[in-house]
Amino acid sequence: MNEPGTLVWFARHELRLTWRDAVSMMTAGRPGRGWKLGVGLTAFVVCMHIVAFYALRRVGPALFQHDLPTLIVVTGSILLSASAMLSQAMESVTRIFYTRSDLELILSSPARVQRLFAVRMAAIALSVGVMTLFLIGPFIDVLIWHRGLRWLSGYGIVFATSMTVTAIAIVLTVVLFRTIGPKRTRLAAQIAAALVGGVFIVGIQLAAMFSTGTMSRLAFLRSRFIAAHAPNANSAFWWPARGALGDIPALGAVAIASAVLFIVVATFYASRFAGYTIQASSISQKRDLRDAIPSVFRVRNVSATLRRKEILLLLRDPWLMSQSLTQLLYLVPPAILLVRNFAANGRIAIILAPILIMSAGQIAGGLAWLTISGEDAPDLVRTAPVLPSLMLRTKIEAVGECIGFVFLPFVFALALYSPGAAVVAALGIGASAMSSAMIQLWFRSQAKRSHFRRRHTSSRIATFAEAFSSITWAAAGAVAAAGSWIAGIIALIAVGVLALVRFLSPASQG
Amino acid sequence: MALALEIRGLRKRFDRPVVDGLDLLVSPGEFYMLLGPNGAGKTTTLRMVSGLLRPDEGTISVFGINTATDPIGAKRLIGWLSDEPMIYDKLTPMEYLEFVAGLWGVETDAADRRARDLLAWLGLEKHAHQRCEHFSRGMRQKVALAGALIHEPKLIILDEPLTGLDAGSARAVKDVLVEQVRAGCAVIMTTHILEIAERMADRIGVISDGRLIAEGTLGDLRNRIGSGDSTLEEMFLAIVGQDIAPP
Repeated sequence: MNEPGTLVWFARHELRLTWRDAVSMMTAGRPGRGWKLGVGLTAFVVCMHIVAFYALRRVGPALFQHDLPTLIVVTGSILLSASAMLSQAMESVTRIFYTRSDLELILSSPARVQRLFAVRMAAIALSVGVMTLFLIGPFIDVLIWHRGLRWLSGYGIVFATSMTVTAIAIVLTVVLFRTIGPKRTRLAAQIAAALVGGVFIVGIQLAAMFSTGTMSRLAFLRSRFIAAHAPNANSAFWWPARGALGDIPALGAVAIASAVLFIVVATFYASRFAGYTIQASSISQKRDLRDAIPSVFRVRNVSATLRRKEILLLLRDPWLMSQSLTQLLYLVPPAILLVRNFAANGRIAIILAPILIMSAGQIAGGLAWLTISGEDAPDLVRTAPVLPSLMLRTKIEAVGECIGFVFLPFVFALALYSPGAAVVAALGIGASAMSSAMIQLWFRSQAKRSHFRRRHTSSRIATFAEAFSSITWAAAGAVAAAGSWIAGIIALIAVGVLALVRFLSPASQG
Repeated sequence: MALALEIRGLRKRFDRPVVDGLDLLVSPGEFYMLLGPNGAGKTTTLRMVSGLLRPDEGTISVFGINTATDPIGAKRLIGWLSDEPMIYDKLTPMEYLEFVAGLWGVETDAADRRARDLLAWLGLEKHAHQRCEHFSRGMRQKVALAGALIHEPKLIILDEPLTGLDAGSARAVKDVLVEQVRAGCAVIMTTHILEIAERMADRIGVISDGRLIAEGTLGDLRNRIGSGDSTLEEMFLAIVGQDIAPP
């Protein structure tokens, strides 16, 4: 069974690589952090169980009945999770095509490579399921504890969903590959993956706005409109929801169907993947040396030079744009809300201000990482006769310009019917964006721009601080927009958070 | 006239001493080759001169400017190129050179003229407006070299600049460097290709365990270490004690 070239042998090889890659990602590649990782993961799991306990404490037995409204809500929740899982699976499938680390070695060997690809597909399904369980598992555990072992079925539905979405991701990526070619598929699939998760959430929010007048997804799922258009409660459409609610026959049917779908897709495509990867690897051999439209050669001052470089690099990298600006997608519902409720009532500002402030903080964090840490020519920049302080200031200015460009239209639109709320939003956006940029500055560590997706691994403190800072500023903005003086206290807390982060940062230790 | 590079008592320690009391003098218009086995301290020395690392002890002066007290002034005079060409994939060579000229504050007309000349010398004029993302390693290295020369540095520091280049690219890079030396620049370069050192260097320094253990022209080294027909490779291996007998 463990002979070289067998499925088990490839599975062991993959497992070892995946495990080491995961540990390296979580420890930011620094040795001797294993125990910290263990403590951190345990703390995270415990925290999630506490959150799940309090979240489910107030849920009465009514929610666990197999009636139509419950089935709709559970199905909606499964689809929301599935969209995020599909996004992750598409990313992983694309990586199989294009990551060349050991593929050339394996493809040039006499081993049967379809076995390797089958193992890699299974690994994707497994990792997508495990990642989802990190977030959903604690809720299932609390349900098992409170309401019995039948809730173990939740685990089954997560893995059934992960097999289904992996099969869909494989088919989608291969279809892209065959229709638009290996050169464009990488970018298209990565952008699609980045958008897939967001589009479904935003879509439901938009539907909620137009049907119930709020942005609440739950209100939409419980609306009469959905109930009227949903299939009958006995329909097979609800089997995944029934399975999640502990209906064992439904769970069995869903699990078997998912496994069959996955096995069929994996078997069909595993033998073809070798050809696709060879095509994908050959695109880097074929050079695309089209001329860009030459601009007038003009040397600017240092600040303008650095700003122009940052903006050009961002604009010319659609993948990076999609990664850093995906959050803009989440601004679509508030923008539509703004247009729809124009001059309707002032309460809309209480909803919009925190959304804008929160988004500004998150987008600024990503952009600040790109400009400050994600430098592809660090030696060049460091050997330039420019004061490091000027260099950093200019990079932060570039982030500020991008944030201004994105958020000013929203602020102006808000100002048309609520100038006070617009001022609050503008101040909050500035504070939130500046806080995120400062956190990135204090925790900066040199990296390639292409490592953008892994930026959170360099420092957990920075990641949580950035999120917490944005949330606190958003809360302050919401309270200020409502006209309460308590906003001042919350703003002081946000400043306190920032001071604490500064104290904990490597920058404070010289 | 001030020396192009004057290093006195330079020390740098990581987990062990990497540069250990190094003294080194390079004159303007001199092509100086710094040789040594892997881990000898060559790259660390050059990174300290370029301002990429801070020395623990010792002084570095570039044309009389102390790099510790006036790093910006010293950096204006230095062009740095490492073995790994660090350029921006999404910029064209012209845009890259425009960016570098902006960092060094070169005036537009002069930078434009110089950029075109450099790209022509390096055989890149056809690719001046193509993004670097699909360039071969040699092309990328040539773009990086053009970036290191756009501000007409007086001291050019090159760490293994010919690694991985094909014969044509290596030749183009060498020709440009020889031209710079003729124009009065000092070039200090590390390489493991001893034939290149033998052919191009005015003086050769051999560094081992962070110390300069031999220095001089090829003739000086032959007089001291080898015989009249000794190759640099034979002398180098004798100096660093790596003379391995064939099996």
